[in-house]
Amino acid sequence: MTVEFCGLTLAHPIINGSGTFDAIAARRVFGDALLADFPFSAYVSKTITLEPRVGNPAPRLWETAAGLINSIGLPNKGLRGYLAEDLPQLAEIAAGAGDAQGGDPVPLITNVMGASAEELSTLVGACEERAEIAAIELNVSCPNVKTGLDIGADPVQLEQVVSTVRNQTGKPLIVKLTPNTADVAACALAAEHGGADAVSLINTLRATALAPRRPGQRAGRSDGGPGESSGLWLGGGSGGQSGPAIRTVALAQVSAVVARVVIPVIGMGGVQSSAHARDLIDVGARLVAVGTESFRDPAAGSRIALGL
Amino acid sequence: MSEAPFGRRLATVTGVDELGVYRVLRVAEQVMPQSGWQAGELQPGQFAMLAAVERWGGGEGERPYLPRAFSIARRTDREAHFLLEDVGPGTQRLCELRAGDQLWLLAPLGRGFIPPRDGRRALLVGGGVGIAPLAILQDTLAAGVGQGHGPASEATVLLGFRDSSRAPGAALLEGAQVATDDGSVGYHGLVTELLAAEIDRDPHAVVYACGPAGMLEGVRALCERTGTPAQLALEAGMACGYGACFGCVVPKRGGGYLRVCVDGPVIDAAELEHVDSHAGAPA
Repeated sequence: MTVEFCGLTLAHPIINGSGTFDAIAARRVFGDALLADFPFSAYVSKTITLEPRVGNPAPRLWETAAGLINSIGLPNKGLRGYLAEDLPQLAEIAAGAGDAQGGDPVPLITNVMGASAEELSTLVGACEERAEIAAIELNVSCPNVKTGLDIGADPVQLEQVVSTVRNQTGKPLIVKLTPNTADVAACALAAEHGGADAVSLINTLRATALAPRRPGQRAGRSDGGPGESSGLWLGGGSGGQSGPAIRTVALAQVSAVVARVVIPVIGMGGVQSSAHARDLIDVGARLVAVGTESFRDPAAGSRIALGL
Repeated sequence: MSEAPFGRRLATVTGVDELGVYRVLRVAEQVMPQSGWQAGELQPGQFAMLAAVERWGGGEGERPYLPRAFSIARRTDREAHFLLEDVGPGTQRLCELRAGDQLWLLAPLGRGFIPPRDGRRALLVGGGVGIAPLAILQDTLAAGVGQGHGPASEATVLLGFRDSSRAPGAALLEGAQVATDDGSVGYHGLVTELLAAEIDRDPHAVVYACGPAGMLEGVRALCERTGTPAQLALEAGMACGYGACFGCVVPKRGGGYLRVCVDGPVIDAAELEHVDSHAGAPA
């Protein structure tokens, strides 16, 4: 069941969505059992930014019908902290997981986000220097520092950014597309024209929730904080919807993108079972990422890969 | 502290006991170690993520979807116990379970309580459904007496409840002093008032607390004033329970956030500037 992806040979087509599985924390919680049954054939880091971020104020989660909204705010140690502290630990986990399966280390994909082509270039250039990193994923769901528009939402801007960043690395470059745009296939094509080796989708759909209003009944917000005055629940105001609620949207967007680009596509969005992964593969996805389902079961990736 | 097996696993409900509005869900359990203070033992204060196998979803708002976090309230030879109160679609569904029904279980998770040093008296302070981890703490402290490795310290139990429909929860622990908000059972007032009197009586005592955010903030502020060491078991809405989602954060003293699931749920009160109610999420 091995899969070729941008020159990497993966044991199966199931990887994790960025920011949905902290392998370092999981190693502490589950010990060596994590390595023995590592759920992903490649491991994608959470989003790394140039400077450290603490993330959004609580509350950060809201459960919806068949899914959840998260408003985490990309907490991370920043590029320097990631390369110095997290990457060596991830490499050790990747080697241990590979060993347990009698193979090479699980390839590490580092996801980075920046507010300009220059910032992204710095991030990608630093990743290029590190042998532990097999591939780089660009999170382009970030407002451009100059235009205020999400970099990934505008095909013209996206192509410019990708082509600039492309020069910084010979490693496979994946562009994680945003679904919050008028024409995701046009953005995928722009990424391809800019020199991307692959695209991944879908990221979460922008969403929000109101704090419950019945007094005393369910937890509500009554602290006078920013969320309360607007009646919004999430500390960050809005967030991203994930889970099975968005699976049909993912299927449509992956299909549309596969029809427009020749580079490989990583499909994701609400995958809970092997059948759901098979759906995305059937419409043309090379790899399938599991995200929210790992929250419900850390071994979901293994179960889904096994059933393919 | 005990590591968890990787992946959720099936568990079977062996029975449900009623304690006023609360339910004690008893689950057959052969995997988790017994509780204790040694490496590899189940640490009091560790927790589990639970979901019903059947009909998880389709309740209020077409929820629940995510598993729910519960303190392990007791570990017997063959069972793990959890204390439930129906406060939302997840807890409602779990309260419906009966002997023979199946659960998804991911456990044990998180960091639990650290035992008192030097034989200091332990003051166990609980509020509402938050009394759960204090039961296994009391069991473990009692078992450690005279064992050489465990702390040979006495435990005093102070529990607060809203009203007489909840006060029966006190039966989960032995020898508890009870306070109720409405005065219908025991002391009329806040459990933190009982705690203040106990700290006055024994300034060398150490505090172990779990309950609603307002109560924990009261405990934290009191212990800060009196210089009493306190370990607080926090509650937060979680998606995963094992550090993946970064959803269950509380602000840390000096800036930044702690993840309740992997940095806690038991957190030294000195690490918190205040106990924040924002980590709450639908139950």
